[in-house]
Amino acid sequence: MQVRLADRVTDLAIATFLWAFRISVVLIVVVGSFLTLSSGKYGLETWTGLVITGLTTGSVYALVALGYTMVYGILRMINFAHGDIFMIGGFAGYFAGLALSRLGFLNANAIASLISIMIMMVVAGVFALVVALLVERIAYRPLRNAPRLIPLISAFGASYFLEYSVKGWAGPGVYAFPDVAVLDQLVPIDFVRIKWLDVLVVIAALVMMAGLYFFVMRTKVGTAIRAVSEDKATAALMGIDVDRAIVTTFAVGAAMAGAAGVLFGLMFRQINYFSGFEPGLKAFTAAVLGGIGNIPGAMLGGLFLGQVEAVGPQLFLDGFGVPGLAGLAKAVGFTMLVLILVFRPSGLLGERISGTRA
Amino acid sequence: MKLRKLGALAVVSALAFGACTQGTPAPSDELGVITIGPNDNVHIAFWGVLSGADASLGQDSLDGAKIALADHDGKFRGHDITLSTDDGQCTVEGGAAAAAKMAADSTIVGLVGSSCSDEAVGGIKAISDAGLTTISPSNTRPALTSPDRGPDYAGYLRTAHSDAFQGKAVAEFVYNELGKTTAATIHDGSAYAEALQQVFADEYTALGGTIVIQEQVGKDTTDMTPVLTRVAGANPEVLYYPIFVAAGGFITDQARDVPGLENTVLIGSDGMFTPDFVEAAGPNAEGMYLSSPNFSAFQAGYTGFLEKYQALVGSAPISAFHAHAYDAFNILYAALDKVAVEADDGTIYIPKKALRDAIYATKDFQGITGILSCSASGDCGAPLIAVYQITAREVGGQWPPEAPVWP
Repeated sequence: MQVRLADRVTDLAIATFLWAFRISVVLIVVVGSFLTLSSGKYGLETWTGLVITGLTTGSVYALVALGYTMVYGILRMINFAHGDIFMIGGFAGYFAGLALSRLGFLNANAIASLISIMIMMVVAGVFALVVALLVERIAYRPLRNAPRLIPLISAFGASYFLEYSVKGWAGPGVYAFPDVAVLDQLVPIDFVRIKWLDVLVVIAALVMMAGLYFFVMRTKVGTAIRAVSEDKATAALMGIDVDRAIVTTFAVGAAMAGAAGVLFGLMFRQINYFSGFEPGLKAFTAAVLGGIGNIPGAMLGGLFLGQVEAVGPQLFLDGFGVPGLAGLAKAVGFTMLVLILVFRPSGLLGERISGTRA
Repeated sequence: MKLRKLGALAVVSALAFGACTQGTPAPSDELGVITIGPNDNVHIAFWGVLSGADASLGQDSLDGAKIALADHDGKFRGHDITLSTDDGQCTVEGGAAAAAKMAADSTIVGLVGSSCSDEAVGGIKAISDAGLTTISPSNTRPALTSPDRGPDYAGYLRTAHSDAFQGKAVAEFVYNELGKTTAATIHDGSAYAEALQQVFADEYTALGGTIVIQEQVGKDTTDMTPVLTRVAGANPEVLYYPIFVAAGGFITDQARDVPGLENTVLIGSDGMFTPDFVEAAGPNAEGMYLSSPNFSAFQAGYTGFLEKYQALVGSAPISAFHAHAYDAFNILYAALDKVAVEADDGTIYIPKKALRDAIYATKDFQGITGILSCSASGDCGAPLIAVYQITAREVGGQWPPEAPVWP
């Protein structure tokens, strides 16, 4: 009886704490936004600038998040090497871009630039795909039936292996993407300051995500992938090649991450052997935010995280006069993650994994 | 228990006595004595950042130390010198890990390093506690050699300038030379940047300038638009961000796209004084300023050093502290020479405390960065700061900048 009472007191305390947390975060967000906006310190141009930044970084997060979420959906495994696949794609794209730049094609004219970027993305996607398949074959497939922690550790190993292989081969220094002049120009519209680069990133991401959605939902292979992620054994009994479905999932996720690596390089110029770590972590967060295993969830989670990081600190905290705000982007982003998981433990759109959860 | 200890003591004294009777003048030292056998190498360790975006900072210093090593034909009293390296990764944790490893290595006689102030903050206790002494070529955080720095820093000296000088120099440059009266700063939370921008802010305010905002970013932040937007909201004439290569590159590259910062004067410091930074920042680096040691004020020996550097590395120096590392190695070497006791059979004894004291006692040492004397709190550097401007020449791939624009 006494034990039960103690339990109930603990439960009550936890529930009270959680509610206090929810209410205080919501209050900070609402009051802070109100104070910031009513102070009128920042004009519309500032806010649109931040929203565009959030949209472009969010698009990259979303593209990488898809790889995490698809692999989780089908294998219940977090592929921690995925961020490094993204980085390797960036390197492949960099060298393709360098070659095109030396040929004088990259900046020949707007059409040539566009074609060059498509070539860079394809090269990056293919290279990332090949590396991801090797990782799958060597580091994951032999462990497919091992307890779940084993492939996770193998994934850490693969991640370090990829990072330090690139370091050994390319050196520890920074590589700067060649400039694409046309992308630095502003889109000629009056009310918002936006570069062609931003337009390109968002459109490219949307096209890839739409393509992926169509592929998964409308094609035979996509159906097979969904069937395997529902129930491997039954899918196999129905004559679906499980290995092939898994390999395809890795390939598609890696190709999108590789192409995203090029977009990232075009946006931020520098890449090095470690530059997949941080975006990889963010993308993983985005996947959890949207509901891991859920493809539209990963897209939404990426865009949401991008916005919260870009706009959040300024909007929520500036009104309170918090100093050194910009350093808090990560704190705000992850507080939002905690908040959303407190309200919706399975993410924005819900986890979409069925059958036995190990 | 006590008896056993006494017994051990007796054995040790007997051994020591025995050694003495054989005519070997083994010295005693409160921190211990390193014994280098007749056929053993003399082990000097370099620690600093050797990977990541700031690898050129550490590599440049390491090459400076290697040149000093070659100048001594790689030998100390006939023994070959081993120059080992440990990567501190420019972080507190990396510095602590490297220092723990070196502290456990009983063959090390002295150290040159670290590169980043954060590494020193993380690693110095282990080094001092092990009775070792390190001379840093490039740590510039003022507190590292402050008179009240505490016993953990007993084994710490530097040939680099303290940022008490660099922050003041930049403040004078901005206020007196450029005539700008409002400035903003951004740091990355590192021991180096946090202190340097604060010195700048204090000195600048004392001169009559106004600091409109002091911001912070993460070392691994890539998207600087939010922080730059905040800075633009405060409307400064000058933006000073004395940070490192990666984040410094992102800020430089993105600043011109933020409304309100199109014409703001951009200034960085010695952590970004490397062609890697210009590569990372791209064309937007043109016109910005970087403070650094004043190479034109170096001693006559610097010209000859540069030729050796060119021969060893195949390029002009890739960062700011190669000469400081050269001097640090030579100060250590000279102190070793002062205290080393040599036996007839070629064995060398290095008393650790005596070595440390000899380094602190360095006076009027003819270095290539200046005539150097070490203070009781570990400052050996000649704090001569200059400001350089990045022009189309450096953006086009030439390095280093030709002549300082100030003083």
